[in-house]
Amino acid sequence: MRPVLYVLSFIAVMGLAFWAYRENYATQHQLKEMGKLQDEIASLREALTLQRAEWAYLNRPGRLRDLATANFERLGLLPLEAAQFGAAAEVTYPVPSPAPEAVGEDVLPAITDPVEVSGEIEPAGSKVEGKEVP
Amino acid sequence: MIRTPLRPLARILSARQKGENPDSIERENLRLRHEAIRDRSRLRSEGRLLILGLGFLAAFCTIGARMGLLAATEPMEPRNAAPGAEITAQRADITDRNGRILATNMQTYALYAQPKDMVDPVRVSKELAAIFPELDAATLERRLTDGRSFMWIRKVMSPEQMQKVHEIGDPGLLFGPREMRLYPNGTLAAHVLGGTSFGAEGVQSAEVIGTAGIEKALDARLRDTSQAGTPLQLSLDLTLQASIEELLGTGMNMLNAKGAAAILMDVHTGEILTLASLPAFDPNDRPNPLVKGDAGDSPLFNRAVQGVYELGSTFKIFTVANALQLGLVTPESEIDANAPMRVGRFTIKEFQNKNYGPKLSVENIIVKSSNVGTANLAMLVGAERQAAFMKNIGLFDPTPVELVEAPGAKPIVPKKWPDITVMTTAYGHGIAASPMHLAAAYATIANGGVKVTPTLLRGGVPQNGPRIMSEQVAHDAVRMLRGVVQHGTATLADVPGYMVAGKTGTAEKPNKAGGYDTDKVVNTFASMFPANDPKYVLVVTLDEPVETTGDTPRRTAGWTAVPVAAEIIRRVAPLLGVRPQVEPAPLDGLTAVSN
Repeated sequence: MRPVLYVLSFIAVMGLAFWAYRENYATQHQLKEMGKLQDEIASLREALTLQRAEWAYLNRPGRLRDLATANFERLGLLPLEAAQFGAAAEVTYPVPSPAPEAVGEDVLPAITDPVEVSGEIEPAGSKVEGKEVP
Repeated sequence: MIRTPLRPLARILSARQKGENPDSIERENLRLRHEAIRDRSRLRSEGRLLILGLGFLAAFCTIGARMGLLAATEPMEPRNAAPGAEITAQRADITDRNGRILATNMQTYALYAQPKDMVDPVRVSKELAAIFPELDAATLERRLTDGRSFMWIRKVMSPEQMQKVHEIGDPGLLFGPREMRLYPNGTLAAHVLGGTSFGAEGVQSAEVIGTAGIEKALDARLRDTSQAGTPLQLSLDLTLQASIEELLGTGMNMLNAKGAAAILMDVHTGEILTLASLPAFDPNDRPNPLVKGDAGDSPLFNRAVQGVYELGSTFKIFTVANALQLGLVTPESEIDANAPMRVGRFTIKEFQNKNYGPKLSVENIIVKSSNVGTANLAMLVGAERQAAFMKNIGLFDPTPVELVEAPGAKPIVPKKWPDITVMTTAYGHGIAASPMHLAAAYATIANGGVKVTPTLLRGGVPQNGPRIMSEQVAHDAVRMLRGVVQHGTATLADVPGYMVAGKTGTAEKPNKAGGYDTDKVVNTFASMFPANDPKYVLVVTLDEPVETTGDTPRRTAGWTAVPVAAEIIRRVAPLLGVRPQVEPAPLDGLTAVSN
């Protein structure tokens, strides 16, 4: 019985030693891999910071204003004005299409939700910064 | 163990026969036994001591070996820790209230030389001078060949320049990594941000320290490594700042002003949404302070915070609010306003020597901006109570704004308060404060009389300061200020829909001779909107403006600061999300009815 036990325990020790050896190298490999990844994260973070700075630089208000002015023909961007505020009730909903028999008759659909107008609203065509308002 | 008997019978008997004392045998045996016991126990103790000594030796050896190992090995980063909130930059970013970047860091390189390793200093200095225009080839060559072993050449450089230096290919030229502060918006909010410079410099890194503005005031917070990952959020709004700086700049140029400042503040939280001072500078390339002349002429000078001016008639509302608070008058009380008024050897006059008298209601004193009426009101209040009110509302102490310049901008306050001083300070002469003081004081009125402390940090909590005046008094004061815009000195500020309330102030600048220059004025318009429930305070100050579209040059705030402020409100109020309101028309006493 004893020799069997000796052999078995010897085999167990050898097995454990082999396992520990492999684990050691696997851990070292993982650590190396992690170091690489952390280096990569650091460089990506650095790039991110730089790109954020670049984004902020390209979106600086002065540049955007110049771009809006340069592309006025295409975009027609003007500063926001008080007259552009509206109430949700002022939004016109699509009028239901007229009944089939009414088509052809020259009748405007009934006003279901009258728009309430209040305050001073500059009439269209007034001068704003020397440019005609469409 | 066989024990030796103490009285062995054989020896006792033989001793008795010889006539000796048998007790001596017993004593002898007892002695021997004790000696044996003593030797045994000594041996045991010595053995124990030895083991203990060995134990200590082992412990000391282990500790010593560990210490030696730690001292001898290279330090290593703990690599197996997961990356948490790590430090990516040595200085925290600064953002506006919406998280848009105002200041950030950029990785760059410094250039230094080790002349001992240099192959051809003459060629290197020529090529460096070609890359960096500010370097002089001859000077550089002299310095590279005078036997020194180390020399800084550039603190920072662009990647293109770095590539060109690489291409010189001399082993004596070396690069050191640097973190550089970058302000992507250029001159925007320059006076708030201030600027940075390098502190202690090493080859591998350099310290970045704040030199002015919030960078210096909150230097410790920005450099705190535990908070390096969280940006410092300011109360400024980049969009508003850009719009206001643009409009203020246009106004300043049109009115030929030397400088201008504007402050937009939330009256409930005290957050400063815009702080503009023109002319501005680029914090990326901060100019040097002036060595001679007036520091106030330098673009580095923050007019909004450091510019301590006599702010003129804008102060009248404080006198009136104080008199109302003390219960001395009501808005309808009639006050003597007969101009000119003689006080000793001084004469108090109205603008353009007008006379609004003989009597003027308290409300009309503000609307017409009567110096004499305010002076008489101040006499009712008295010196002590006037000074106390001004102190309480914060006009005597530096503002607590988070800028390094703020504590230095102490208002100029009269030391003694004779009657004439009480009268002049009542309408803003003989007392000087910064536009920031004025904005905070007007915010206190707009906030229903509860003191507002201005701040540049985003907090967004309504302030719970001490109450300076009752809600009713604050309400009356706002109504009077609304009257100024409706039919007083600031009618140009009546922006439709926004119910602006405010007060103009025109103060002549003191000259070196001790008098006042009539053609050099500081014009101020302190306003709040919307008047029915004030949310924002806007203070616009122009330094030496002149309006020249009329026949005679006009220098009153109503013609200079007011239109600029009106344009700012027109542009900025929609951006703030303030809905335009229709003001209720004053009710007529009679209604025509017909049937």
